Amino acid sequence: MQLQSMYQEIILDHYRNPHGRGLRDPYEAEVHHVNPTCGDEVTLRVHLDGDTIADVSYEGMGCSISQASVSAMYDLVVGRPVTDALATGEHFMTLMQSKGDPAVAEELEDELEDAVAFAGVSKYPARIKCALMSWMALKDASARALAAAPTGGQA
Amino acid sequence: MTSTVSRPAAGAQKQPLPLDVEAIRADFPILSRTVRDGRRLVYLDSGATSQKPRSVLDAERDFYENHNAAPHRGAHQLAEEATGLYEAARATIAGFIGAAVEEVVFTRNTTDAVNTVAYALSNAATAKEPSFRRYAVGQGDEIVVTEMEHHANLVPWQQLCERTGATLRWLGLTDDGRLDLSDLSTVVNERTKLVAVTQQSNILGTINPLEPIVARAREVGALVLVDGAQSVPHQPVDVTALGADFLVFSGHKMLGPTGVGVLWGRYEVLDALPPFLTGGSMIEVVRMEGSTFMPPPQRFEAGVPMTAQVVGLGAAVEYLQALGMANVQAHEEALTAYALEQLQAIPGVTVIGPPDTVARGGAVSFTVEGIHPHDVGQVLDDLGIAVRVGHHCAWPVVRRYGVPATTRATFYVHTGYDDVDALVEGVRAAQRFFGVTPEEATA
Repeated sequence: MQLQSMYQEIILDHYRNPHGRGLRDPYEAEVHHVNPTCGDEVTLRVHLDGDTIADVSYEGMGCSISQASVSAMYDLVVGRPVTDALATGEHFMTLMQSKGDPAVAEELEDELEDAVAFAGVSKYPARIKCALMSWMALKDASARALAAAPTGGQA
Repeated sequence: MTSTVSRPAAGAQKQPLPLDVEAIRADFPILSRTVRDGRRLVYLDSGATSQKPRSVLDAERDFYENHNAAPHRGAHQLAEEATGLYEAARATIAGFIGAAVEEVVFTRNTTDAVNTVAYALSNAATAKEPSFRRYAVGQGDEIVVTEMEHHANLVPWQQLCERTGATLRWLGLTDDGRLDLSDLSTVVNERTKLVAVTQQSNILGTINPLEPIVARAREVGALVLVDGAQSVPHQPVDVTALGADFLVFSGHKMLGPTGVGVLWGRYEVLDALPPFLTGGSMIEVVRMEGSTFMPPPQRFEAGVPMTAQVVGLGAAVEYLQALGMANVQAHEEALTAYALEQLQAIPGVTVIGPPDTVARGGAVSFTVEGIHPHDVGQVLDDLGIAVRVGHHCAWPVVRRYGVPATTRATFYVHTGYDDVDALVEGVRAAQRFFGVTPEEATA
């Protein structure tokens, strides 16, 4: 069985006990992203304190990979500047494109913390978009929140 | 026990199968390969696309190696042979559905066939020739579909309505996965121009009663288009008995190649429709000022056609005819009965669709409590079992039954009880893997 390489215990833990789940106020932007090939959905809100992500709250339905991914992302981005969080998102994208190359996972381990456990997903092309959906939603919501914020420039 | 509608397994009923599964499997080269670390391929995704027997592959190869030319063009020997093979395949396919040869139009697939009709109906409104305006759809007209349709038989009609100002209406579903015909006489009314309905649901497996729908459409003078993508490959279908105006289906779901599908239309109706795609092959006379078009079926076959694929589909039809479509249907029904019984005996498994084989084909969709269909599919894949997961291009159906997605197994001529047993064991393995095994298997 190769299943364990994808379904790491850390992933299953996040799936069963998601961190930060639920939609909360206040927030500056809310987005709804879907995965049209399988019907996975996430609604995600971003609350900024200046340039820092003060909270990410979400509701969603989907497979274990998509749901665990948003939970692991919550741990990684809350309390960090938007630019840092999005840079982490780029690293996660790199991991998803690694086709299971252990060297890539090793290099990104410190940066991605629990999210490095998704390395196994990168071997299954059909599942990569499941893992990426929440990060795409975060990128979208952050951009909207920055645009909406009084200090965030021209709205 | 959970709250599923599962019934006790009545001692694993295995009716003798009408088809010789081992002999048939030997005809399908792909079934001899292994997947995921050497496992036997258990292919339960024929509803998405079917595998191809060697005779189909040979027919395509023979066409390219020995006869390749553009049909209906040129006077050389190869062009004659290519034309002969192309038209012979048309005759074979027409015979398969009890149609006249000139009523069979080759399209890319079912989706293309539906769009050909949908665009013809809106093009009719602006056609220069009065003879093409007979079936024009416009403001005040209504198109009727059902909530059970594949997106291919839904979105083109939504788009037709948006283009023309017509209104889309639909027949709903009952809780047990059947069409709700209680309001048929109001939904299909004097304003209805066309009723589009699937003969067999790709997700629920339901075989629909078309007679009352066709009869009601006749009463009000509406056209009827039947989506046969999931019926023509799996049961005898005769267009005369059907009584509809159009039947659409795909070659790749019936052992044939990708890239070829069929639009059957009653000649009188086809002849009154303007073309959708225009260009070469479909014209009669072309002048700089304007053009006239060929009669059907050529009017709807613009450009050099998918000749090798049509020839391949002809070979696929001959393969199915040799097995006998009544046998194919009985074979799948026996497998479906067994699969329904076995799956519904698993605590936590809920079948989405009719729970028995009454008016039902070999598409079995189900959910497993506590495990998302994607994850079920992943475990099955790890065991070499190919199923479809997701909304199956019928998003309104899964929404209707309150589930985000399902796992779907579909059967065909090479499917045996061993495949169903592998599926059932795979579902149990998924429950063990994700630790959601209700009672029993925890022991």
